[in-house]
Amino acid sequence: MELLAFGKTGWGDELFYATLMTIAVSITAMLVGFFFALIFTPLKLSKYKTLNLVGNFYTTVIRGVPELLVIYLFFFGGSGAIMYVASIFGYYEYIEINAFITGSMAIGIISGAYSTEVFRGAIQSIDKGQFEAAKVLGINKFGQFYKIILPQMLRLAIPNLSNVWQITLKDTSLISVTGLVEIMRQSYIAAGSTRDPLFFYSFAAVLYLLLTYVSMKLINKLEVRYSRGY
Amino acid sequence: MITSFPKLLGATVVTLKLLSASLFFGLFLGLFFAILRLNKNIFINKFAYGYSYIFRGTPLLVQIFIIYFGLGQIEYLRTTFLWVILKEPYWCAIIAFTLNTGAYTSEILRSAFQTIKPGIIEAGKSLGISSKIIFYKIQIPIAIRQSLPAYGNEIILMMKGTSLASTVTLMDLTGVAKYIISTTFKPIEVFIVAGGIYLFMTFIIHNVIKYLEKKYSFQQ
Repeated sequence: MELLAFGKTGWGDELFYATLMTIAVSITAMLVGFFFALIFTPLKLSKYKTLNLVGNFYTTVIRGVPELLVIYLFFFGGSGAIMYVASIFGYYEYIEINAFITGSMAIGIISGAYSTEVFRGAIQSIDKGQFEAAKVLGINKFGQFYKIILPQMLRLAIPNLSNVWQITLKDTSLISVTGLVEIMRQSYIAAGSTRDPLFFYSFAAVLYLLLTYVSMKLINKLEVRYSRGY
Repeated sequence: MITSFPKLLGATVVTLKLLSASLFFGLFLGLFFAILRLNKNIFINKFAYGYSYIFRGTPLLVQIFIIYFGLGQIEYLRTTFLWVILKEPYWCAIIAFTLNTGAYTSEILRSAFQTIKPGIIEAGKSLGISSKIIFYKIQIPIAIRQSLPAYGNEIILMMKGTSLASTVTLMDLTGVAKYIISTTFKPIEVFIVAGGIYLFMTFIIHNVIKYLEKKYSFQQ
């Protein structure tokens, strides 16, 4: 137990901050994912074949390629790409991007592909009459989406989004390969310096279980809230 | 880009080996735990639920690390015959993947068993078929058909999961891709080739499952 003590003697405080880092990366990645989903869901539902193709390309490629490979692409290719863009604007110095940003972007793009599928499914399962009724009532497109479709869609999407959240949370463990100190990386460091990998990796597993358990409880509450009236 | 292709293709064999071995063992493990889940004994039931909860609630990376780095720490294990298996990263990866896919498969099969209409089992009983034969000849075939779409997703997820073998020094497709990227600094080209190979595999798995779904659909 002294291994988990807070302060200089144990790894308690380090692991605590690492857990906060995992939560921060997961939330950021989830939000980045929503942003991508907001762009690609309309593309997938669009009438135009080319836009469909773009949307399908995104979800198919990202969901068909291992997460680790995407992370390596961002990790090794990210700063190169940024430097290339910067060089267009006349900036030639070396730019290093923060591991947090690379990591959340990589996981966010993966999470976005899953969220896109969830939103597409949810919108498609809303009764067509709802769209038509909104149109008949003379509500503009903006109002149609935000006041009529979105609230109904959220109710249908929440159970599946909670799966996406779980996937995202677990995927953040992969960012440890880029050196960002989250639960997995911290356990790796602690295991290396104490030569007690069994304890620290098992403890990491417990932390992840705790995170998934607590978030499931919170999401269930949300689900109840959005199902009012049904 | 072209020079890296044969190397990556060679590594694909490692990925496929890992995938097929873990799916093979995982299917049996999943079936075993699905049957335990359906057991009325509350302890057996809870045990099976705990297994699937733990393996589905933690990242695969943690599971591999516990098995590869963690288990080697137990002195006793080093003296048994298990050590022959556990010192090899290849077998550690397969054990971790098997346990992981077993947990997901058990959930898929459990829900498939539960969606079988009670009427079908009753019909079997009223025809005087023994409950063992009802299980093997009626419930299992229906459950397999029911679980095909979900199991297809699981195969694809597992194929992506095998990329984690590269973290325990195995040179699978992702491992070799990372090695080439870090030596040539051409992340995008390598990503396109390696990603293309993965997508090709996804495509094939997807179509095989689709074909099987059609073949075993109830309409026939």
